[in-house]
Order: sequence, then structure tokens, then C-alpha cells
Amino acid sequence: MSQPIAIHARFSVQRDNFDLQAQLALPGRGVTALFGHSGSGKTTLLRAIAGLDRHPDSYMKINGELWQDEAAGVFVPPHRRALGYVFQEASLFPHLSVQGNLDFARKRARADGSELGMLQTLTLLGINHLLDRRTTTLSGGERQRVAIARALLARPALLLMDEPLASLDSKRKEEVLPYLERVHQELDIPVLYVSHSMEEVARLADHMVLIEAGRVLASGPAAEILARLDLSTALGDDAGTLVDGVVEGFDEEYGLVRLRAAGGTIHIARGALRSPLSCGATLRLRILARDVSLALTPQTDGSILNHLQATVTTERTVNEGAHVIVRLDAGGTPLLARITRRSRDQLGLTSGKVVWAQIKAAALASPP
Amino acid sequence: MLTPDDWGAVWLTLKLATLVTFLLLLLGTPVAWWLARTQSRLKNIVGALVALPLVLPPTVLGFYLLLTMGPNGPIGHLTQALGIGLLPFTFPGLVIGSVFYSMPFVVQPLQNAFEAIGTRPLEVAATLRASPLDTFFSVVLPLAKPGFITAATLGFAHTIGEFGVVLMIGGNIPNETRVVSVQIYGHVEAIEYAQAHWLAGGMLAISFFALLMLYTFNPPRKNP
Repeated sequence: MSQPIAIHARFSVQRDNFDLQAQLALPGRGVTALFGHSGSGKTTLLRAIAGLDRHPDSYMKINGELWQDEAAGVFVPPHRRALGYVFQEASLFPHLSVQGNLDFARKRARADGSELGMLQTLTLLGINHLLDRRTTTLSGGERQRVAIARALLARPALLLMDEPLASLDSKRKEEVLPYLERVHQELDIPVLYVSHSMEEVARLADHMVLIEAGRVLASGPAAEILARLDLSTALGDDAGTLVDGVVEGFDEEYGLVRLRAAGGTIHIARGALRSPLSCGATLRLRILARDVSLALTPQTDGSILNHLQATVTTERTVNEGAHVIVRLDAGGTPLLARITRRSRDQLGLTSGKVVWAQIKAAALASPP
Repeated sequence: MLTPDDWGAVWLTLKLATLVTFLLLLLGTPVAWWLARTQSRLKNIVGALVALPLVLPPTVLGFYLLLTMGPNGPIGHLTQALGIGLLPFTFPGLVIGSVFYSMPFVVQPLQNAFEAIGTRPLEVAATLRASPLDTFFSVVLPLAKPGFITAATLGFAHTIGEFGVVLMIGGNIPNETRVVSVQIYGHVEAIEYAQAHWLAGGMLAISFFALLMLYTFNPPRKNP
């Protein structure tokens, strides 16, 4: 899905051991993940976009509104920018109750902007019952949900989220992620989501900016970026593709869900689903390159359940020549498979060869 | 019991301490805020200047205040030119001296409180569209409240207890500059120990009570 570009930005940050040069052109809707390893400059970039830090030779424009243009001496301070910011730690005001924190944002909200009301926001994040609580009595997940609600109540034109789940343990993460998915579905404004977790990116992002050592490696629709062979080295174990599938039926006896994807049928464990689904619903799967193996004939005597027929398109050697990542086309669905170079030679894989991709597990399911 | 002169000294002292505390909060807040936030190289110099009364004998401070406010000092010239006259040995002169003398007791607790808040709540407020001034009143003041209570208590108590500066620039004029500490000194000089006891004991009780209240009801806030 390609959206018209609404955000144009260029940042140049020089620090002692760090140099960031980034040029961004981002869509005006949906979640854009700023993805990269720690220290790659994601948070620096997000803070620069918000105007929390000011850097020379930088530029930022959103929906035709100029926020920063150092060449022309323009810098709109953060409190005059129509943005919402969710920090890594919820950073609720300790002297205010939950209600007080939300009112703080509501009183200062823009007159125009997203029409998401108080009640709607509370319901969206499931915090109606927390209003009278002191912030110190909230769990980490609750705190972060209040922080997200607070940011939304300021009626931002751009929502910035800096690893909002990073300070939570995995159980709390699972508690907050569905709310983020709902926010994603309800929200009409662009969201920039900093993360180093491929799982969050795969579940939430429509668009993706891959950042490494202060440089933008790639930017585009998430499914496209993830399937790009030339980026598989940067992604490492996270290399994989996003596949959309429609729920076709359930195997009640074995607890499996049958999905129809472009290249064939894929089974996943029903327990992997976060929410109950009915037939016809669309699911987004993330299939990691390391979970895909290749065979020349369909294997019926193995334990792997999912076999898709696919054609080899390109390949790329990684891990100092030990592995190759093969890019496949399974009836229109891009797949990546990481196999050893030796296997590649034994199977005689070349471009155009038809193989069977065996998918060990569909790693992830989420409503797209 | 207390004589009318003693009562005059008590009222004068309370008036002085109240006024000085008010002025100190007004002046000390921006100084403390600047010290807590600035990265200027002047920070250490200003910090040291503010802290000087902690280590200087009050007579030294009083001596220089006397000179600057005197007929040949720069402040003296200014006040004369403005038609106010000279400040030494007047109540306003005493107020000015006390403000300098008690400044560190107000600035340092405030500076600590501001530093403890950190930058995050300020950034959060900015992203919620609060201007810096709005942020100061709606976030910084409530979060630094314990610091303000400490600063006000210490500033008040310390002003009540000053003696050396008063002697140097205030002298001993009834209802104008004769505060309790000077009155006690006078009683002792005159060997009126009973009178001295009433005032000294009262000061002791009040000071102890103020500090006790401070430590009991104003524990530092923990930021989550």
C-alpha cells in the first residue's frame, strides 16, 4: 500500500562518536517503524523530529507545515508542534492522578485535529477504570496505556512513539500490543514507531525505515523492505517476509488454523492467535528466513506441515559464505529461505528453479 | 515575662523574617532554576557567590554591605540619588542584608529540588503543548513543592537567627533594627538573665519546632 508522502525531513547530527545523516519521506497515514539496533540513532532521530533536540542543518515539514528549516532560521519549539510523544518509560506526572494526567493533555489540546474523544480514547486503551488511581499504583502496562491515551488526547497530527514497550517484560508487552494494534486501526494520523523488536514491527508497521549506524538503509512498505534480499544482512536473524492470509477453516482436533495465502495453504497453531478469528478474516504472518527450508520434491514423510511451491528468483550469500538467503516467489508471495551454501549447490538451485518451500512455523499472526 | 521592648523586638523579627522569606522565594527561584538547568561556565561562579554566606563570618558580609550601602558606596550613591536616603541602620537596609545572608538556605534546596525533577517531565509537558512558563507552574512547582517548603522554612528560621549582619548594618534601634537576637544580647550585657531566658528559650523552642515539622511532614518525594 503506498500512501502520499506527508512528512519530509532531513537531519544531521554530529556528536563525539556518533554521526547521523538521515533523509526521510514518510506517508501521512499508518504506522512507520523506525527500525534498527540499539545505538543506530532511532531515538535521536525521533527526538529531532519532535524538536526536543535541535540540530544544525536540519529540515522537517509535515502536511505542508514547516517545523524546522535551519537554512531559513525556522525552528518551531516542541510545545507549538501538533505532535504526541510516548516515551520509553511512561513518564506520567507523579503529582497528578490518571485523570489529572489526561486532563493536562486535554486542556492544552489543539482546537482542530483528530476528533477522538475522551471516552473513545479511554475505551480504545481500556483505561476507563483507572481514572481515579494515582500513577504510582499502576502496573507498567497500565502506565504505558495511560501515556498513550494522554498523547492522543493532545490531538496530535503526528504521533511519535519511542519503544513504548521496551521497558516492559514480555507478559506486559503482550498486554499492551493489542491496544497498540487497535490504536493503529482507529487512528487517522501518521505514527512513527521506534523499535528494535522485529515482532512489534511485523505486527504494527505498514511502512518501515531501516536505520543502521546513523544512516537510513531503506525506507518503504514494511512487507517490501523485509523481503529485500540486499537488506537481509542488516536484519540478520530477523530477515523474513510478511505474508497475508485469509482464514479458511479450523482443524478443531489438532488446534490448527488453515490459512489461504497467495502461494498455497498455511497451517498455524490456533493458540498463536491473540484474538478469536472467524472464517474470512485476514491474518498477517511473518515467516522468518531461518524457518524456511527447501526441497526439490514435496516431503510427505517429515514433520513440517506447510509446503508451498515456489520459484527461485535471486539469492545472496551471508554469514561469510556459509549461508545463502534465497528469495522465492510462491504464487505471488515473496518468501526468503536461509539455507547453507552447500545445500544450495547440492540442490542445484538457480534462478527459475521450482522448489518446495517448507515452513517450519508461521512465526506470527496478527490482524494487518 | 516580656517587656514592651521585647515584644517590639519579636514583632520586628517576625516582620523581617516574613518579608525576607517572601523576597527570597521570589529572587531565589529564578537563580536556583538557572543554576539547576544551565550549562554555562558561569554556573560555578554564581553558585559559589550564592554559597558564600555559608562560610563567611556574618561580620564580613555586614562590613561590605555597610560599605556599599554607605554614603560612599555604589548602592549608597544610588539610593541617595533616588531620594531614598541611606540604607544602613534602617529596616529596608536590614531586609537587603538579610536577603544576601539567607540566600543559600533558599537557593540550595530549590536547586536540589529542580535538579531532582530532571528534564523528562519538562519534555513531556512540552510534547503536551505546555509552554515553558505553563510547564513551570503546572509541573515544576508542584513537583518541587517539598523543596519550596524546605527553602521557606530554612530561609525564615535562618533570618530569625541572624545577629552579626544585623549588628554591622542595623545597629540597635528599637522597632527599626533591634531584632530578638540583638535584644537578647542587650539583656545579657545588662545582666538581665531572666529576660534573656524568655526570649532565648522562645527562639530555641520555635526553631526546633520549625525544623521538627519540616523533617516530619516534608519527606522528599520519590519520582516513579
